[in-house]
Amino acid sequence: MNDFVDAIEFIFNEHESPAGGAQVGGLSNMWELTWEHLELSLVAMLIACALSIPLGLWLGHIGKGGFLAINASNVGRAVPSLALIAFFVAYIGVGFTNLALALVLLAIPPILTNTYTGVRQVDRDAVDSARGMGMTGAQIVRRVELPLALPLIFGGIRISAVNVVATATIAPLAGVVTLGDPIINVNTYGDEGRLAAAIVVALLAVATEVVLGAVQRAVTPRGLKLEGGGRWRRLAFALPNNRREAPT
Amino acid sequence: MSALLAQVEIRDRSEDTCVSDNGFCPEWIADNFDRYVDPFFQHVLLTVVAVAIGFAIASTLAVVAYRRRWLINPVTQVTGALYTIPSIAAFFLLLPITGRGFVTAIVALVSYVLLIIFRNVLTGLDNVPEETKDAGRGMGLTDRQLLWRVELPLALPEVMAGLRIAVTTTVGLATLAFFAGAGGLGERIFEDIVFKSNVVVAGGLAVVLAAVLDAAILLVQRAITPWTRAVAAR
Amino acid sequence: MRRHRWLVLLALLVAALTVAGCGDDDDDGGGGGGGTDTSEQPSSQIQNNDKNSTTKLTIGSKNFTEQKVLGEIYAQALTAAGYDVSTELNLGDEKTALKALEGNEISAYPEYTGTALLSFFGYTADKLPSDETEAFNLAKEGFAEQDLTALPPTPFVSSNEVGVTKETADKLKLQKISDLEGKSQDLTLYGTPECRQRLDCKLGLEEVYGLKFKKFVPVDIALRHEVLKKGQADVSIVFTTDPQNKREGFVLLEDDKGMFPPYNSTLVVRNDVIDKAGPDFQKTVDLVTKGLTDEVMQELNARVDLDKETPKDVAAQYLEESGLVG
Repeated sequence: MNDFVDAIEFIFNEHESPAGGAQVGGLSNMWELTWEHLELSLVAMLIACALSIPLGLWLGHIGKGGFLAINASNVGRAVPSLALIAFFVAYIGVGFTNLALALVLLAIPPILTNTYTGVRQVDRDAVDSARGMGMTGAQIVRRVELPLALPLIFGGIRISAVNVVATATIAPLAGVVTLGDPIINVNTYGDEGRLAAAIVVALLAVATEVVLGAVQRAVTPRGLKLEGGGRWRRLAFALPNNRREAPT
Repeated sequence: MSALLAQVEIRDRSEDTCVSDNGFCPEWIADNFDRYVDPFFQHVLLTVVAVAIGFAIASTLAVVAYRRRWLINPVTQVTGALYTIPSIAAFFLLLPITGRGFVTAIVALVSYVLLIIFRNVLTGLDNVPEETKDAGRGMGLTDRQLLWRVELPLALPEVMAGLRIAVTTTVGLATLAFFAGAGGLGERIFEDIVFKSNVVVAGGLAVVLAAVLDAAILLVQRAITPWTRAVAAR
Repeated sequence: MRRHRWLVLLALLVAALTVAGCGDDDDDGGGGGGGTDTSEQPSSQIQNNDKNSTTKLTIGSKNFTEQKVLGEIYAQALTAAGYDVSTELNLGDEKTALKALEGNEISAYPEYTGTALLSFFGYTADKLPSDETEAFNLAKEGFAEQDLTALPPTPFVSSNEVGVTKETADKLKLQKISDLEGKSQDLTLYGTPECRQRLDCKLGLEEVYGLKFKKFVPVDIALRHEVLKKGQADVSIVFTTDPQNKREGFVLLEDDKGMFPPYNSTLVVRNDVIDKAGPDFQKTVDLVTKGLTDEVMQELNARVDLDKETPKDVAAQYLEESGLVG
């Protein structure tokens, strides 16, 4: 219990580094690390969304490429984040840009899979009547499929965001100084520093989950929420309905 | 004092070789593959033990929560929170409590698996059609018989899907287990992160392990739920 | 019945996986590696003494190649002399290693004289001796106060160095570290995470040479050459015994203001271990230490870093090739 008290104290007060010399700890140090962590995660998420959502919408709308979209997640899950980062460091090099790229790759599968499945699960009747009213393909996507797919899309974003925030913890291996620095380089910050960073990272991940969960609830049409039972829970877990489109 | 008669041989390194360039070298890999064997088995052990324990706990919780609906929310919140905490952070949050080593790694990995299994078992049970349950009750089955003979078997596809997700995710997370002092393939990756051969072999083995376990579970699923094949064909 | 079938199959699956998983996971990854059990063979220089087998030793080391090789060499040499030796290599930086030594988690580890003076005994840059022998004697005194003995040092010196690529050196006309004055604010410096606080690293460059860099990026110690090679770092902190320096044609800037002390390696041992271990301990260590010249240490490092062999194998090769064992 003592260790946790020391760790909390580290967050608020500066200490002399166990490696000698400069100061570590304190609010400004922790904020620097947190900001770098957030920046990296945000950049990766924005790029990943910009790439996956349009692609997922399009594939879902035309009903092709299901195999790719659904199994993207299965494949993505099997690649350990450490291996992905190591691969990038070995083949491309260290640095913010390279690392952000690796994180984009990590973030794409859940968003892509969920966007695709989200569109596929839109009630066919709604789409048909929209087509009957004379809407073009793009209009259908924008006005019918996208809004109805939003809950699942945000479910995917939520999953990716938490993954990215978690993986940004090992960013120091590639030279980007995030909250993982005190965890990986304990000699510079000390044991309290390491525990402090672990606490802050955990809080950050939980906060990301909670905030995006709230956003997901906000974009879910009331009807679906009231339905209760299996359907809403599936959405809340961002779990596509496997019955119709069983992966393999 | 007699001089050393033997000499350390200074090798000729004037030429670039695949290995000194940190490249991808099949010959080196073949010669040194045994370096990856022990970490591989450590990795398998970590994954299997974590998923087994996690499955036991979470599926029990799900079956209980299936009948006592008020449990669903609290269990989801708790397992959800555990799921959200990044594994590296978890290893070091546990450090003051469980120390360094296998146990810490397992505790963190199990906590990650709980939500996945819980939600899948529950969703699987929830998806059992009402008519089927009615038919079962009509035949005179008690609640307990209904659960074991009708609901659980019909929930199997979802359960197995959850098991597959749990296994592949755990393989991925177990690469970080060396931070907790539990070995695994991640240790090899971390040892030489610039040597392409090393990264590809160690990382590749992890991916292969995940794929193999995933396929194995799928095969088992197909074998014990033949009726779903007919359904999918519809 | 479906229920039984499901349970049986699930049980079989778990059993099969467990059997696969419980394969040989012995603690010492010795699968297929070069046999290192040399205590049976009559050694030409290191003599096996059965009386030593009751003494248990744990040899530690810090977390980079040269340290792991040294740790393995001492461990294997002492095993050949009949001791019961285990290793705890890859402990971390020097403060972690010292803590482990003082806490009796390890019996000994190889430290550098310069590192000891700077990190343990509080010598500031201006008080650092430039003579190797003097540095050793001062370090030895410092350790003696903690009930630790620093055994006679190696011939080789492994210093921190400021390294740049040949192109950078030519472009900016760099030969000495002080040539960086006025230019360093446009350059990025890469070093270990601890470098930020070390007097023989970034902190020293700031205080002794007055250099401020545009950016400092902490990277893992293993990446110190990669970042120079890939052009990401303008300046990187490397070691003089790194084989990559010669290979890549890096230029090591001359330490004209004497910021870096001598760095001979000395095995630092707990006094109670020395008393218990008997005369063979120091004799064996001395035999090993004498053969570690600059050239030899570079070669051994190269075998791990460039030829990608394990420190364990390379240590065994050193002992064999120098006739100490087998």
